Amino acid sequence: MQLAVWTYEGPPHVGAMRVATAMEGMHYVLHAPQGDTYADLLFTMIERRGKRPPVTYTTFQARDLGKDTAQLFQDAARDAIERFKPQAVMVGASCTAELIQDDPAGLCDAMNLPCPVIPLELPSYQRKENWGAAETFYQVVRHLADQSIRPRGEGRKLANILGPTALGFRHRDDVIEVRRILDALGIDVNCVAPLGASPADIARLGAADFNVVLYPETGMEAARWLEKTFGQPTIRTVPIGVGATRAFVREVAALAGVDPAPALDGDGSRLPWWSRSVDSTYLTGKRVFIFGDATHAIAAARIAQDELGFVVCGLGCYNREFARELREAAALYGVEPLITDDHLAVEDAIAAASPELVLGTQMERHIAKRLRLPCAVISSPVHVQDFPARHSPQMGFEGANVIFDSWVHPLVMGLEEHLLTMFREDFEFSDDAGASHLHAGAPKAAAPQQALAGDTIDTLWTEEAERELKKIPFFVRGKARRNTETFAADQGRAAIDIATLYDAKAHYAR
Amino acid sequence: MSGGVAHAPAGGADCAPVLRERGQREVFCGLTGIVWLHRKMQDAFFLVVGSRTCAHLLQSAAGVMIFAEPRFATAIIEERDLAGMADCHDELDRVVTRLLERRPEIRTLFLVGSCPSEVIKLDLAKAAQRLGTQYAPQVRILNYSGSGIETTFTEGEDACLAALVPEMSALPAGSPTELLVVGALPDIVEDQFMRLFAELGVERVGVLPARRACDLPPVGPDTLFLIAQPFLTETAMALENRGARHLEALLPFGAEGTTDWLRAAAHAFGVDDMHFNRVIAPGRERAKRAIAHSREKLEGKRITFLPDSQLEVPLARFLATELGMVPVEVGTPYLNRRLVGRELALLPAETRISEGQHVDRQLDRVRADRPDLTVCGLGLANPLESEGLSTKWAIELVFSPIHGFEQAGDLAELFARPLRRRDVLRV
Repeated sequence: MQLAVWTYEGPPHVGAMRVATAMEGMHYVLHAPQGDTYADLLFTMIERRGKRPPVTYTTFQARDLGKDTAQLFQDAARDAIERFKPQAVMVGASCTAELIQDDPAGLCDAMNLPCPVIPLELPSYQRKENWGAAETFYQVVRHLADQSIRPRGEGRKLANILGPTALGFRHRDDVIEVRRILDALGIDVNCVAPLGASPADIARLGAADFNVVLYPETGMEAARWLEKTFGQPTIRTVPIGVGATRAFVREVAALAGVDPAPALDGDGSRLPWWSRSVDSTYLTGKRVFIFGDATHAIAAARIAQDELGFVVCGLGCYNREFARELREAAALYGVEPLITDDHLAVEDAIAAASPELVLGTQMERHIAKRLRLPCAVISSPVHVQDFPARHSPQMGFEGANVIFDSWVHPLVMGLEEHLLTMFREDFEFSDDAGASHLHAGAPKAAAPQQALAGDTIDTLWTEEAERELKKIPFFVRGKARRNTETFAADQGRAAIDIATLYDAKAHYAR
Repeated sequence: MSGGVAHAPAGGADCAPVLRERGQREVFCGLTGIVWLHRKMQDAFFLVVGSRTCAHLLQSAAGVMIFAEPRFATAIIEERDLAGMADCHDELDRVVTRLLERRPEIRTLFLVGSCPSEVIKLDLAKAAQRLGTQYAPQVRILNYSGSGIETTFTEGEDACLAALVPEMSALPAGSPTELLVVGALPDIVEDQFMRLFAELGVERVGVLPARRACDLPPVGPDTLFLIAQPFLTETAMALENRGARHLEALLPFGAEGTTDWLRAAAHAFGVDDMHFNRVIAPGRERAKRAIAHSREKLEGKRITFLPDSQLEVPLARFLATELGMVPVEVGTPYLNRRLVGRELALLPAETRISEGQHVDRQLDRVRADRPDLTVCGLGLANPLESEGLSTKWAIELVFSPIHGFEQAGDLAELFARPLRRRDVLRV
């Protein structure tokens, strides 16, 4: 048993729901106990969908267990098909139904249902949400793709865009950006799936010349099968960041045999100039800790280092399926890869790294709040505010613009940083005030015993040095304390006095 | 005990046939009760033994609270536990030990059963007993079920409180009569009621749950209890099994409901009528004044309740008798006539009462009825809004202070607000 307060991912059947809800004309009959319908409100509330997810739950109760839950499942499936008339139906079990061992697939075989049935085997006690979405999408494609349809291989090239789902972080707007790029290159989109696709659309996947996988976590499994079955090559570069987007454009253009220029010239990318302009100089070398799903974390690390001039001081992901990719990326930045789904381990790693900015999920947002560090969200899981009304992609050149703004926003602005450093006793620019443009950062409401990150002073410190440390602005104090203590330990100094503090400062000078 | 309240007018909904439905249900399981119970009992910790789904539900329901070091968690069953590679009881002992080491301030630990733990027949009662002897007297370890197969939403609180009843000490026979108020109420509401009971001269009043689970009130044949929530079926039976007697009354919603509820206690304790009226008059007047603000918006409006928390019948009664609303259908996950019979009698005779749910058929009725306001869960609210039906999301009624005189206006406002919003928006 694993003791958990928070889980980064839901169970795998929630991943299946994300695929079903993304699609049109698809229905999911889920063998599940009463109460599992809570998952509906992820879609209706967090994503603000105006329709119920196309999921029929059998919602069995204790009194049904002695009877025939199998019959209950068959009735639910028949009723759902009659009422909703889907083009295809997915059937499966949630964690509890997995234990009672009714076999949804077998039960449907016996029923002669009037539409294709896609049975899902989602082991709830080993796997999680992203895997569930990937496996579900793969099964949908494998069952529905018409194998007699082949890439036409002439005229304008056709592409499938794979991976966007319901409840995906910025999936809605990423698709718009990627379509815009393909359009500029003169490439037509055959099908976007699962988001917005019907079973009839899935049947025609084979017509495309190649596949673009936007989110490996949910789309790669299906792409591999399509590659094998239809010989469609896969574009694996994820276009998050200016550099990655340029690479993506060149890769797609080379594969399609078209000129990349139309998508690269006048690309609308403001990030490079924003990042080169002098007011961004203070961003140089800021230490950033990155955690999320592997795809977004790896992309963020590249942007952080190459496009904003940050230093990556921590990199991790919660989905083990992509641990290899994350380890390779961590090696590029010379940091220890953190692969864990335990938020307490992430919190410890962040506290130990003392970053100046945290990029992560909703979880890291809360961790950063507790440690009083600036933070921006780059990956699921996210709350309702990260399903915004405005266009806010992460992908493509517009995505890069969005990323620049949203990552820089939480940081204290350059001039303010100077003033904080010059006037350390300033009563308005003090620890208790936080950054002036972030009223939420004002920690007045925080419990008095809540120490600042970096305020718990080791007994090594002399009182004088401790006072001096407190004059250092709060957003870099944690790092100063750690550096000084490390330095003192390396030097074998028994106490930390003012001299040690400044010796350490000189030693670590950037 | 009748509590001396006048009998209901003839022709209430209490004799009408109840539409009993089976089918797909769009409701929470009892685990959700942990979200407010852990705030109420400050020394208690709730450990769910379940799957990743249970943990996911709790974090979806608890939202932001997850990060304030909440006093609940899930011991997630893994494949090793199912395959018999690990002994579930050893694993549970390990998790509990780790938990109690990390949180030494815990005095009561609830092992909460879930669908998976019940289907694999993990005996949590035995585990609670075994661990209980190990950790006594520092920590009391109890068990109840919050599983979806056994409980619907607020029934989780019922199961939790019923598990506390055997732990209450015995009130010695022949003690002066004591009053017990049952149901987790917001602290502010509980304090208001306590002040009123003190003014009435009812001196010995206990509450279940107490703010600290280790301070449980005593119970015995000299206990009279009032239920503050309609969903406490099991708890009421457990208290009666210990000799306590239930005071029948309306639930304390609105001016009338609160008056009736207080009067039941006042009568049982022999409080003089004149004195009773004097004590409650100011609060009752304030409640009526506050309710009047919403009356214009709500009078004559038709309302449907989809089943959620068992608060539906008493709230429909409040809206009908005190605000002039017209209940069309009142759905409840479970109808206990002993606890809400008086409320039923006050509903208009033509109200359709339904128990249980077949969600698609029920939504068909909502679309046919087209009520002005539909009270429903968050899984249905936005979809109904997008069909042009105004909704009030039901969970807020469990998560807001709504009982008693001083909250009567707020309660009415909860229903008036979505209608007012619909009228102010010009987009």
